Amino acid sequence: MKERTRKSLVQFLGFFMLRAFLFLVLAVLVLFLYDIGSKGGPAISWEFLSQAPRRGMTEGGILPAIVGTFLVTVVTALLAVPLGMCAAIYLNEYARQSRLTRLIRLSIRNLSGVPSIVYGLFGVILFVNVMRFGTSILSAGLTLGLMTLPWTITASEEALKAVPNAYREGALALGATKWQSIRTNVLPYAVPGMLTGTVLGLARAAGETAPILFTGAAFYLPFLPHSLKSQFMALPYHLYIMATQHHAILQVRPLAYGTALVLIALVLGMNLTAVIVRYRMRRKHK
Amino acid sequence: MSVKTPGGAMDSPKNHSAGVVSLDWEEAPRFRRTMSSKRWAALKESAIRAFFQASGILTILVLLGIFATLLATAVPAFREIPVSEFLTKTAWDPTSPEKAEYGILSMIVSTLMVTIGALLLAVPIGVGVAAYLSDVAHWRVREIVKPVIEILAGIPSVVVGFLGIVLFAPTLAKFFHTGNGLNALNGSLLLAIMALPTIISISEDSLNSVPAAYSEASLALGATRWQTLARVKVPAGLSGIIAACMLGMGRAIGETMTVLMATGNARAFPHGLLSSVRTMTADIAIELGEVPYFTTHYYALFAIGLVLFIMTFSVNLVADVILRKYQEREP
Repeated sequence: MKERTRKSLVQFLGFFMLRAFLFLVLAVLVLFLYDIGSKGGPAISWEFLSQAPRRGMTEGGILPAIVGTFLVTVVTALLAVPLGMCAAIYLNEYARQSRLTRLIRLSIRNLSGVPSIVYGLFGVILFVNVMRFGTSILSAGLTLGLMTLPWTITASEEALKAVPNAYREGALALGATKWQSIRTNVLPYAVPGMLTGTVLGLARAAGETAPILFTGAAFYLPFLPHSLKSQFMALPYHLYIMATQHHAILQVRPLAYGTALVLIALVLGMNLTAVIVRYRMRRKHK
Repeated sequence: MSVKTPGGAMDSPKNHSAGVVSLDWEEAPRFRRTMSSKRWAALKESAIRAFFQASGILTILVLLGIFATLLATAVPAFREIPVSEFLTKTAWDPTSPEKAEYGILSMIVSTLMVTIGALLLAVPIGVGVAAYLSDVAHWRVREIVKPVIEILAGIPSVVVGFLGIVLFAPTLAKFFHTGNGLNALNGSLLLAIMALPTIISISEDSLNSVPAAYSEASLALGATRWQTLARVKVPAGLSGIIAACMLGMGRAIGETMTVLMATGNARAFPHGLLSSVRTMTADIAIELGEVPYFTTHYYALFAIGLVLFIMTFSVNLVADVILRKYQEREP
């Protein structure tokens, strides 16, 4: 009897500890979001969202940074989404177990572990110097695109895996070629899932700073970028500047908080949309 | 229009049916036309396949390209700096007017210190949360908590670094009575938070794939749920948990913005978790913007990138091997 109470006490304490860990993690998240929300909220105004920074970035807004991040993310998407989908189609529909397939999968897993700053170094050499795009939206977007590629491939493959094999076999049995079966019976069901998965990857790319440090992000530009070859301001880089590099850091702290709130709202908004859409689709599949 | 094919599978159906077709003079031309359109379709199919295959192969090329680029740009640095000196000297002062020093040992130690500090915190908590989610929590709780933890993973690293400055640094400074609170400990705390989602989700997958029969056997023998979890399930899923921690470690080693903003970036050799440290990633981020292109200093920064790449690549590869092995074992 005594042994039993001891055991259940240990179990109670053990589960209590695990629950405490979970609450700790959730508390950190709430603390983070609350701090940014409560101190960033007052900084947000129409002026903050619609104007360029003024007076050495101590006043004004962050419009160029919002536009810059948007444009870079578009370039990122143009590289990473189609390429990711094609690679996923190959891996899930065409590839057999071969040395090449294993090598491709190994590369994808390792690419997702390459540090973001190393992508930045690669971008400096390949896009800025060798391809002569200079420090520009194009270079930064392509660098981020390469970084996003492993995530879009993995997400797209998940979506393709969710399509039942019977769909493919049905088309093949009617005499369709492989590509016809993929085009008519697989992609229509997989593309929504592929897109939501890739949005998650793009959200992460939009928040990245290290890869764009040397490939195009600018400290301060009072005007909007006019071509893909121009430098740009970006939200994450702007936050970094406002938090550490500005000459009057404490004075601009409210602006830094505002920038952080806009960045987090953007990234989490993209995340949330994707997660909700995915959740809805899963329920529909069931 | 005679079609020549270099033998093989394509020829055989034509030869085979040639005798049948010759009976009907009207059918012959049409037959030839369908043959060529079939041939065309097959060509199109293999072209499409090749196109998709090429985009798959591109990933190998990107990985090789990154490695080759780093190597090619790092090698000129070693014309002036001996490799042994580069890796074992602690002084890093490339812009010194008297004698430029290129030793990255302080940075390597800083990186490892911040990483290990982060893991000491993130591993027990992460595995604990994973165990809770997989074994204890109600499925409704799990359905809510898992996307919430995904939100944590979605916070950009620059925002986490910012919170390190405005939230953690003042607290640490007050608590330990040290300077401004921008030190290795601050970086470790933040990296732990950033590594948690990876550790939690992969550990949980690994715990979930432990066969139910293991737990059932343990419970049937009279063990409590806690004993079953701690002594049966966790050990059975250990390889996956270790892999999860290695992946979290790879993340932490390669993280740039958070440590750049929160650890203080002093170039001295670190003395403990409360000293200001500069990691390899932070050093590249600080100096690459200012260095003139194609100087020894520039090449040396790529050499740091190469060391970083090799470190994270090895850690990830080990994690990968562990995960593969453990998946093969599964039925």
